[in-house]
Amino acid sequence: MSQNKVSSRPLSPHLQIYRPMLSTAMSIFHRITGVALSVGMILLVWWFMAAASSDDYFNFVNGLLAHWLGRLMLFGFTWALMHHILGGLRHFLWDTGRGFELNKVEWLARANLIGSIALTLLLWIIAYGVRA
Amino acid sequence: MSDLGKVRGLGSAKSGTEHFWMQRVTAIANLPLVIFLIYFILAHLGAPRAAVVASIKNPFCAVTLSLAMVSILWHMRLGLQVVIEDYVHSEGRKLAALLIINFTTFILGALALYAILEMSFGL
Repeated sequence: MSQNKVSSRPLSPHLQIYRPMLSTAMSIFHRITGVALSVGMILLVWWFMAAASSDDYFNFVNGLLAHWLGRLMLFGFTWALMHHILGGLRHFLWDTGRGFELNKVEWLARANLIGSIALTLLLWIIAYGVRA
Repeated sequence: MSDLGKVRGLGSAKSGTEHFWMQRVTAIANLPLVIFLIYFILAHLGAPRAAVVASIKNPFCAVTLSLAMVSILWHMRLGLQVVIEDYVHSEGRKLAALLIINFTTFILGALALYAILEMSFGL
């Protein structure tokens, strides 16, 4: 495959030039959680396949997920999902042209982070309530 | 624009807006669908297989879960594409990575839909 001809356009400075900020971290988290959730989708499809196959196999997969390592992973996926959903809502707000003022960006970033942690804990409290 | 970009018909307002638009459309669709998915998972924690299958035999459940899988996987494919385009610069590796995420997404979708249909129509 032929290489793209390099045009002599200026490049914008890259990430390490800028001072690390919460909004930057939130942007990076949004991307990382998106990639992580893609891996979670493999797990979800595996669980559906197990449910469609046999009791033994379903119990085997459920057993792996119930292991503390499995639970830790699911806890991580829950947080990633909550963070990505709230981040997405933030993007919807920005899509309407609102919320770009610095203080609002900062407030939204905090709300996103605190909200994702709170929702994750809430879901897990409900989950343990369901099981009990 | 580079010569190669011209030949490929790239540049402003070709397929970029469609990508952005579908990312948003699937994001909107994902909101209620993911909430249902979370509810479904919570409702079946530790439940025996028979209970999961019985729930999926409900047409509303089967259709909503199918829509959820299609919409989420579509959104996922678009998102991973952007990540690859941002970080993989070698033309060959980029093409390979894009092929892999496209194939993987479609395989996951086929497996998920098969599993859901198997549970709703199977014995």
